[in-house]
Amino acid sequence: MQDANTGKIVGVNGNMLTVEFDTSVTQNEVAYALLGEHRLKSEVIRVRGNRADLQVFEDTRGLKVGDRVEFTGQLLSVELGPGLLTQVYDGLQNPLNDLAEKSGFFLQRGVYLPALNYERKWSFTPLAKVGDRISGGDWLGWVPEGIFKHYIMAPFGLGGAWEVVKAAPAGDYLISDVMFQLKNEKGELRDVTMVQQWPVKIAINAYREKLLPEETLITQMRSIDTFFPVAVGGTFCTPGPFGAGKTVLQHALSQFAEADIVIIAACGERAGEVVEILREFPHLSDPRTGKTLMDRSIIICNTSSMPVAAREASVYTAVTLAEYYREMGLKCLLLADSTSRWAQALREMSGRLEEIPGEEAFPAYLESLIAGFYERAGLVRLNNGETGSVTIGGSVSPAGGNFEEPVTQSTLKVVGAFLGLSRERSDARRYPAIHPLDSWSKYLSVAAPEKLDFARNLLRRGNEVNQMMKVIGEEGTHINDFVIYLKSEFLDYVYLQQNTFDKVDGACSKERQIYVFDKVSAILRAKFDFDDKDQAHRYFLELRQMFIDWNYAEFESEEFNRLEQAVDEKLKEHTHA
Amino acid sequence: MRKVYHRIIQIAGIVITVEADDVAYGDLAEVTTSRGTSLAQVIRLQDSKVFLQVFAGSRGISTNDQVRFLGHPMRVSSSENLLGRIFTGSGRPRDHRPMLEDQLVEIGGPSVNPARRIVPKNMIRTGIPMIDVFNTLVESQKLPIFSVAGEPYNQLLARIAMQAEVDVIILGGMGLKHDDYLFFRNTLDEHGALSRSVMFVHTASDPVVECLLVPDMCLAVAEKYALDGKRVLVLLTDMTNFADAMKEIAITMEQIPSNRGYPGDLYSQLASRYEKAVDFEGAGSITILAVTTMPGDDVTHPIPDNTGYITEGQFYLRNGRIEPFGSLSRLKQQVNSDTRSDHRTIMDTMIRFYADYKETLEKQSMGFQMSSWDDKLLKYGELFETRMMDLSVNIPLEEALDLGWKTMKECFDRTESGIKTDLLNQYWPKD
Repeated sequence: MQDANTGKIVGVNGNMLTVEFDTSVTQNEVAYALLGEHRLKSEVIRVRGNRADLQVFEDTRGLKVGDRVEFTGQLLSVELGPGLLTQVYDGLQNPLNDLAEKSGFFLQRGVYLPALNYERKWSFTPLAKVGDRISGGDWLGWVPEGIFKHYIMAPFGLGGAWEVVKAAPAGDYLISDVMFQLKNEKGELRDVTMVQQWPVKIAINAYREKLLPEETLITQMRSIDTFFPVAVGGTFCTPGPFGAGKTVLQHALSQFAEADIVIIAACGERAGEVVEILREFPHLSDPRTGKTLMDRSIIICNTSSMPVAAREASVYTAVTLAEYYREMGLKCLLLADSTSRWAQALREMSGRLEEIPGEEAFPAYLESLIAGFYERAGLVRLNNGETGSVTIGGSVSPAGGNFEEPVTQSTLKVVGAFLGLSRERSDARRYPAIHPLDSWSKYLSVAAPEKLDFARNLLRRGNEVNQMMKVIGEEGTHINDFVIYLKSEFLDYVYLQQNTFDKVDGACSKERQIYVFDKVSAILRAKFDFDDKDQAHRYFLELRQMFIDWNYAEFESEEFNRLEQAVDEKLKEHTHA
Repeated sequence: MRKVYHRIIQIAGIVITVEADDVAYGDLAEVTTSRGTSLAQVIRLQDSKVFLQVFAGSRGISTNDQVRFLGHPMRVSSSENLLGRIFTGSGRPRDHRPMLEDQLVEIGGPSVNPARRIVPKNMIRTGIPMIDVFNTLVESQKLPIFSVAGEPYNQLLARIAMQAEVDVIILGGMGLKHDDYLFFRNTLDEHGALSRSVMFVHTASDPVVECLLVPDMCLAVAEKYALDGKRVLVLLTDMTNFADAMKEIAITMEQIPSNRGYPGDLYSQLASRYEKAVDFEGAGSITILAVTTMPGDDVTHPIPDNTGYITEGQFYLRNGRIEPFGSLSRLKQQVNSDTRSDHRTIMDTMIRFYADYKETLEKQSMGFQMSSWDDKLLKYGELFETRMMDLSVNIPLEEALDLGWKTMKECFDRTESGIKTDLLNQYWPKD
């Protein structure tokens, strides 16, 4: 082993170190600052002359001028291999459960553990044979990981054409065992194990082509799937002021969305929220697989009190893991909560680097970084013809709930659906607080377009009538307008609003949505005869009540049919035949 | 013996610079001037220059004053002897009793591993319906009271502290008026709670750096007690002064401000304090209640805004009442399913009606004709305000829930309630 490239500290400012080096350094390479027996992980973020600025992923307390720094020559990377699922990592892919076993309640700095289990044996089935010609990302074999076939792939960074010259037979292996040996035209040999490293800030692009996302990702939330759908391989954002229910929404998505793999990046948010997921997921069963939700999840958890620089890395770590599983032909959903905290981490570092600030002191390159992150989503056709996808949903926490701020605006430019949460709605306890008029989506809904247009139009009209009533009063409003208003309120209460905490209402299947939306549409189109507004008001309250009861009944159960009949009966009361 | 430095090469704001070597980032130093001795902390190292933040401020420091490095970062005693004591932000006794130096712990320690946290499960009963029914306080929660100057937030804080069942109360006062400080001390004393309390108080006239230290001192002590199995309630008032102190120092340090002059790391700084709230499995817990006065009653101001994103909800205190809108306890779902089966329904329904009442009130004030439905809402709204919102109401949760049903029954028909039928059958009051 050659002598490590080293340098020494000449400045400490918060979590930024200035280091004088002797030979050469690489931008974004990982280095360790040595503090007694601790090694503090850091990343080179700027080089000037023979001095490099490093952001440290840990508390820098105790470092002195003159302390040694070791450069590794490696970019910040993650380990990819079997055993990632069910894991809980920090932003740098340290397994938090193993850390807890080692250091107890607190996160001691300078403690890094392997991300994967190197002692566990996996039952391997080969796919590639000696003589096969392969390229980066090709499936060479597989091991069972929970309910999935975890494909062992040729290293993504493999350039050119390679031939398999040695292949291990089926059997039980450690992830570090050499499974294949490859040779290229130049005669170079390369060993392939079940693990590979990949730098987090570079997208994995071992696929044939990127496709247009068309299929709707079923989230089982009525207001999303019907009104503001998300596509498999698409992107969406959920900005909202605090208390509008971003996190509850993200939790609901992580539970009910019909994706194979769900990766949750808790980025700079409350630790308590992650804990709910950590403690609940192992006990919640996934209705589609019968296993627990944890079996299909990876949680990246870099909460607000954990080091800021690692927060910046955490969203990249998460998206790299998602891309890895996409390469196996799986549908991955990445939920990042919240991208604003990530942007703030960028801002803090930019400030320490004394860069010229952009709007609200965010760095000028914020927009391109956000775009680059969301662009890592997508539906792709792999080299073997299979498809895989990464869908990215980022929550945004705009300062003061004002969507005009830089992070929200940069995000809106690059996402395919905007689910804007409003304080107005959450104050009125209308959950999910997705604003039905402000939000938009470019993707395909589960409902028929003409019914959807009619419903949207009615919501808009209802809102106008409501605004008007505030000025001219209820008595000045024509009964027809008043009924439009009542209908829009009805639609809001029985369809847009959904009780995430209820077992039945919390998850509304695609079939049920289509069925119920047909019924709702019929009511919205129906012509009613009322003597006066009080009668109309009372009628719609009663209808709403029956409909809500109906929502709480199991789909196609006896109760469901009975309540539906009651609604039908009620409908006959004031409608024209 | 540690070296003493005599040459201060720069004095700017509260920061002095000396040339020294072998100094660790974050360490403390003692600066001795003709006026006395002050602590100072290393906040930046640049080649041979050491930048020190002087706790007592730089006024009166001369370039040839003495600087002695102590070789350790800021620490605080965490022994049982602290109970009943009152200190300044830098840990000097404020009560004319001896200095404490046993069981020293570093302040601002590492954060808790999320994998070792547990889901909070114990409700803290306060006897205030707006909290117990609508926004239940939960052990290990971090919750600010958003208010404006002139509101009785300190009184509310003190009342919750007195009624909550906890083992230790730690009060952190930042920029506290002297009479507010005396109010807290006397209230704790009257209720016999002083002997289970520790106070770190920075008054408005103390040096600004000490204000910054208060939360860290409180939380370091709280953490130690919680690890020893105690249930600790930390009261911080007023966090706005804390943030303003941070702004003042950041500006003198020539940092690029992000929003209205506040430093870009305001969120992270606040979060690293609030996130100390925790429930240790097999040991005690830390619950944090903090006051944040909103400058200009503006919730979008950077301080309340960043706070809201960190804390697990917030109480709005306005016109002497806890506002039902906006006030939120994010952890209430963890506990309000186990209190009584109607708790959540009462919580949602009553607030929804109150929102409708507010709309009706608006219509009424604009002179519109009131429908019979509006009349019902008006009656309801007034009852709700006197029976639930008034801060003088002091009843247990169950009684408050019953009162909720009674109030709705007095105003509405069963079908108008929008409540699931099986709950109506169980709870809707019979004549």
